[in-house]
Amino acid sequence: MNATVNNGAAAPKVEEKLFQNRYLVDAGRPHITIKAGDTPSAALRSLVTTCPAGCYSLTDKGQVEIAADGCMECGTCRVVTAKTGEIEWHYPRGGYGILYKFG
Amino acid sequence: MIEQKFDAIVVGAGASGNAAALTMAKLGLKVLQLERGEYPGSKNVQGAILYADALEKIIPDFRDDAPLERHVIEQRMWTMTESSHVGMHYRSDDFNEERPNRYTIVRAQFDKWFSRKVRDAGVTLLCETTVTELIRDARGRVIGVRTDRADGIAFADVVLLAEGVNGLVGQRSGLRPVVTPESVALAVKEMHFLPREVIDERFNLQGNEGVVIEAMGTITNGMTGTAFLYTNGESISVGIGCIVADFEGTGQTPYGLLESFKNHPSIKPLLAGSECKEYAAHLIPEGGYKAIPQLYGDGWLVVGDAGQFVNAVHREGSNLAMTTGRIAGETIAWLKTRRDPATAANLTEYQRRLEASFVMKDLKKYKNIPDFLHKRAGQVFGLYPRLITAAAQTWFRVDGKDKRAKEAEIFKSFRAGRSLFGLLGDAFKLARAWR
Repeated sequence: MNATVNNGAAAPKVEEKLFQNRYLVDAGRPHITIKAGDTPSAALRSLVTTCPAGCYSLTDKGQVEIAADGCMECGTCRVVTAKTGEIEWHYPRGGYGILYKFG
Repeated sequence: MIEQKFDAIVVGAGASGNAAALTMAKLGLKVLQLERGEYPGSKNVQGAILYADALEKIIPDFRDDAPLERHVIEQRMWTMTESSHVGMHYRSDDFNEERPNRYTIVRAQFDKWFSRKVRDAGVTLLCETTVTELIRDARGRVIGVRTDRADGIAFADVVLLAEGVNGLVGQRSGLRPVVTPESVALAVKEMHFLPREVIDERFNLQGNEGVVIEAMGTITNGMTGTAFLYTNGESISVGIGCIVADFEGTGQTPYGLLESFKNHPSIKPLLAGSECKEYAAHLIPEGGYKAIPQLYGDGWLVVGDAGQFVNAVHREGSNLAMTTGRIAGETIAWLKTRRDPATAANLTEYQRRLEASFVMKDLKKYKNIPDFLHKRAGQVFGLYPRLITAAAQTWFRVDGKDKRAKEAEIFKSFRAGRSLFGLLGDAFKLARAWR
């Protein structure tokens, strides 16, 4: 929404931005998981837009899903859901995850 | 993991951790430093401005071989609306000095260099090692750390948590509260590459001269935040950050906001033709003095972003990280020469030294600014930028209207936008928060 408010800029695809980055993915060991629950809280749902890597998405059934491969380990989702406890958040194992070339 | 016992364990190899580790090693302590990234800097993000003074106090001759991009000779402060910006620029040849005051840097490269100095001083660094928890003795005193390595435990007299704003060890150990969405900003940033000559020409620079732009206004769409653009040697760092609670509450995306900023007519020509090579995101502590947690206890202390040491008003953080790291290192070395254990009682010396430094003095000075910005975000980031840029346009546009009428129009726009009472109230509250 906001992307088109200013100057008519086209909505950017976050995937294209993440494509620039280097990662070492710890296959099969996601460092963030959503705990099973009935209805996602407003905080959890907000991550669909707030996560800077676009890792969160909403399913047809109204559940929130995460695909953490593009995660930049900023911790925003952990901070946002600290009160609801809906997310299990760990750092990736040593050496895995985002590898900033410039930072 | 490592059999021998250390004088100190430093968790993290960012600005504060490196400062602390190097300071202690130089003073003869046996130091183990643990970093979860593949190499120091691989997890770190900064704008990035390096403040020479803080680093000089740790590595006096850093200019000899540090990877510095440009020294800053010009500061632009912009108040922006959709189509305009009003700027205050300060440029001075005085900043072309023998020992320049501020530099732009590329953090991943700078951190590698800093870490080399740390290891040369004798610190044992283990990368790809994530600290998972603190080890305590029966009386609750911290005596070491557990890591994700096999047999990954290590012991020391004291553990320095230099683990950053999102540091899990201290937060999960109950040493400090989990940061709140209101007290941290989420910043996103891109690295845009351009030939050096293009940057020189575009920003009116020569040699290693650099420009920094700090911007605020409607670019954050009503959220509390700021944007920046820094010139590096052959790249431009461009980014924007807002309070996490504001992103959460408004449903705006960080990358959408960054894209809008990059496409602003005042910014777009500066980036034209560049190639983006990285997109980064990081949290920034913005709570200021009131958000500083307990900084020490039996066998542990906190430095850098983990301790919320960021001066949001002046956009300073790395210098506070280095300074708190250095002061923590000096304090621990001082205790050791006195043969005093690192108990909570003895570590009050760390707090005392921080209070005596610019770190706490500055943060104390601005302790009410976060509240001011939170309560008046609509005015500070929306109304006033609009009023100021509109006034500038009224003033500079030559259209046959007489100047007295123009003045009246400007005053009227301010009174209509915010009553006289409101204007005076904002000024008064800002002055009170600032002093």
